Amino acid sequence: MSPGEITVNGEPAPLAPGATVASLVATWCRSPRGVAVAVNGDVVPRSTWERTPVAPGDVVEIVSAAAGG
Amino acid sequence: MASVDPTDQFTIAGADVGSRLILGTGGMTSPESLASALRASGTSLATVAVRRVDPATRHSLVDLLDGLGIRILPNTAGCFTAADAVLTAKLAREAFATDWVKLEVIGDDRTLLPDPIELVAAAEQLVDDGFVVLPYCGDDPVVATRLEQIGCAAVMPLGAPIGSGLGIRNPHNIELIVEQAGIPVILDAGIGTASDACLAMELGCSGVLVASAVTRAQDPALMARAMCDAVAAGRAARRAGRITRRFVAEASSSFEGMVAPGGTGGE
Repeated sequence: MSPGEITVNGEPAPLAPGATVASLVATWCRSPRGVAVAVNGDVVPRSTWERTPVAPGDVVEIVSAAAGG
Repeated sequence: MASVDPTDQFTIAGADVGSRLILGTGGMTSPESLASALRASGTSLATVAVRRVDPATRHSLVDLLDGLGIRILPNTAGCFTAADAVLTAKLAREAFATDWVKLEVIGDDRTLLPDPIELVAAAEQLVDDGFVVLPYCGDDPVVATRLEQIGCAAVMPLGAPIGSGLGIRNPHNIELIVEQAGIPVILDAGIGTASDACLAMELGCSGVLVASAVTRAQDPALMARAMCDAVAAGRAARRAGRITRRFVAEASSSFEGMVAPGGTGGE
């Protein structure tokens, strides 16, 4: 992984300057509805997405609902 | 809704759930057929899994369920450890704004049977964190009691392995769990057809969760309707109180006043 990279859902991804959890969600999801995010194994509450920066090397999981029993 | 009897409410953790039939959403071929099966089932609560977002997905399951007025019950399907299940439940709470979770911690990827040790550990952590925990468990009455003691809001014992359609393999254990439980017992996994769902309710379960039996049926909407009727029938039969099983016949017609052709007409 290069210095400006993060991992999003298991894949390396470039880290834009000033990126926050909110900006990542906007990039990855059609809508933030029904979406949750964990950074380095900790869930980031939706109310703090705007002010939670993403740092190089962070491991980010962005999840939503999928069909399942 | 025809499937809900207002004099016989189904409540979990003090909340009125509605229909006693809970539907799983996995295994359907298209969002349209899922929607028609959900509608036909009369369900008020449906499970969803939590997975990494797929940017290519065009439809939203959350929007589909919202549009039908069906409450979301997130699950922790696919988790093999308490730690994974707890993180998944926390993500689900954030994503769907619900503290309800169907807790699954699987112990073996061939049988998909629950791991009771990891399950109890995860349930303890989630109950402590304020979740309304509905654990998918084996049909072991002792484990079910432990889960209730921890503070789970319901228990969801299996009838048979997930997706097997083998029905209720140990009805006696399910009856024991029901008899001992002070919380709702929801039969989960193993249902193959309507009679299995009906039996679960006759055994005293408060509800039934059906996924594959509907979503993988040749006509999912028709099977969903059958499950709805079966759950209602089984519940009514349970409340009505079945007759005792007898070894020999007991006539339902009185012998009194029988004609006696050629005789005196009795003694």
